[in-house]
Amino acid sequence: MNFHLPRRAAAGPLTWKRLAAALSLLVLALLLTLLIGAGVGSSGLGLTDLMQRSDDAAIMILRLRLPRLLLAAIAGAALGAAGAVFQAVLRNPLADPYILGVSGGAALGAFAATVAGLPALLPYLPVRQTSAFVGAVLTVAFIFALSRVGGRLASYPMLLIGVVTNTVYLALILFIETLIELTRLHGLRLWMIGSIPVEPYPVIASVGAVTLLGIAAIGLFGRDLNLISAGEDTARSLGVGVERTRALLVVLGSLVTAAVVSVTGPVGFVGLIVPHVARILFGPDHRLLVPAAALTGAIFLAASDTVARTVMAPTELPVGVITALCGGPFFFWIYRRQRGRTYFE
Amino acid sequence: MNDGPPVLEARDLRYRHPGAPAALFDGLSLSVAAGSFVGLIGPNGSGKTTLLKLLAGLLRPGGGEVRLEGQSMATLPPRSRARRIATVLPESPLLFNFSVLEIVLMGRAPRLGLLGLERPEDFAAARAALCAVDLAGREDRPIQELSSGERQRALIARALAQEPRVLLLDEPTAFLDMKHALAIYEILDRLSREQGLTVMAVSHDLNLAARYASRLVLLHLGRRVADGSPGDVLTPDRIREVYETEAEVARDPASGAPLVLPRGSRR
Repeated sequence: MNFHLPRRAAAGPLTWKRLAAALSLLVLALLLTLLIGAGVGSSGLGLTDLMQRSDDAAIMILRLRLPRLLLAAIAGAALGAAGAVFQAVLRNPLADPYILGVSGGAALGAFAATVAGLPALLPYLPVRQTSAFVGAVLTVAFIFALSRVGGRLASYPMLLIGVVTNTVYLALILFIETLIELTRLHGLRLWMIGSIPVEPYPVIASVGAVTLLGIAAIGLFGRDLNLISAGEDTARSLGVGVERTRALLVVLGSLVTAAVVSVTGPVGFVGLIVPHVARILFGPDHRLLVPAAALTGAIFLAASDTVARTVMAPTELPVGVITALCGGPFFFWIYRRQRGRTYFE
Repeated sequence: MNDGPPVLEARDLRYRHPGAPAALFDGLSLSVAAGSFVGLIGPNGSGKTTLLKLLAGLLRPGGGEVRLEGQSMATLPPRSRARRIATVLPESPLLFNFSVLEIVLMGRAPRLGLLGLERPEDFAAARAALCAVDLAGREDRPIQELSSGERQRALIARALAQEPRVLLLDEPTAFLDMKHALAIYEILDRLSREQGLTVMAVSHDLNLAARYASRLVLLHLGRRVADGSPGDVLTPDRIREVYETEAEVARDPASGAPLVLPRGSRR
């Protein structure tokens, strides 16, 4: 009946012990991923060179690889947590910020701000991020309004609307770019499939802070996410203010998505794959799932970006190519497994 | 029939479905005595489920009010409401692979703080609820692997884990065979008699409702057309008028409850 792999419930009800064990394991795995990622690259310089105080290695690792790895980890955490939120509150296991068009909305927002020259006008304000956030929230509101049929959210129309919206957004971005031939937006095509740039540490710190706060706020609603995923009326009868809670969670999910998409571009499918993997490993309880999906996402995207940097070295791939090549087949696999099940509208 | 103070009361309820041309309820009043077992019956579209949701505080009435233990539902905080009244609705499709125990523990949500995990007393309440519905050995199974009868019992266990004073159920025996339908009503009967739980169940099975409920409320087109003991409510004339079906009403020789025997063209 169930489309997930395990035939047994993952590990029984959540305890503090299980929560602590799972999260420490994930933190260790993330540190290991960052260590490996920092040590490999097309230059051949590794961690041993850094130990031997080589200046080249210091620049390569601390100024180029590490900021990029950290940004990838932050983006993966944001998209993983946002995916877990969207899947639960929209009651749709195929939901993900990219597929729903939320990432596209954020990308269009960030792009519009850049085209309008706002970052140059207001250099000390996060205008790109704010504009990306507005784009993301408006997109969710639009999808929500359009896919509500007879008081219920219809899963498949929602996905279709999201995909179309996303495509239109990306077309708009390309159209505007062609129209005004912005030389300062060189590399736009790379950005549009999602790639991790090397940003200065203050930028990474601010994106990281927004993401961390957003995920922590989402984490407070773990139990409400469980109840909403079990059914709107169920959640309501158990004392959850469904409309308000869902709106707040969608805003938080859009916030963390927008924070990273404004820097990395719309990286696809992380928010789709990661929550499913985390659920298979750690069970469906969102009190663990939200932080676990964030950490799993951080590991996944940091590892993907390391692969993107090295697999065709010295040529670098945008990380979105790797995630899409993993995520596309994964999407079809989930779709096939749940097609025709009674619990999908 | 009204052998206790009202625990749940609807006063002059008005309700219109969004987009519907006419009101479904136009001044419906109903009072449910503490500890009673009420069957809510009526044909499709008579407003049973809507009335249940209004009484449960899941829908807001367009006019009038619902009072739970004398307090207006409109001013009752949702979590405080959920500690006193539990609702079992037709199963929503479940997305994720929760175990039976996890599903039942969800019933403890209104009693937990913002960040807490379930405490030992929550596990005790959930396991007691599982025992009450005869699912004690199933707690680690994924809910989706249970049979529909077991799943329905698990949802009742979740409602019991809320430790409510009122239990509302919308067609708890839909899609269940005779044995499982009977088992559900036996459980409700026991809870009502032994623990003084107030039970109200929407049912399409008139005979089961008549056997177990001490009071039947018959709805027709949003109006309460009959209300009283099963023997008084279920008469051939009323069944013809409300259900548009010819029926004989016999007596169950064992319990004395009315037995409705619908008549088609084959006699």
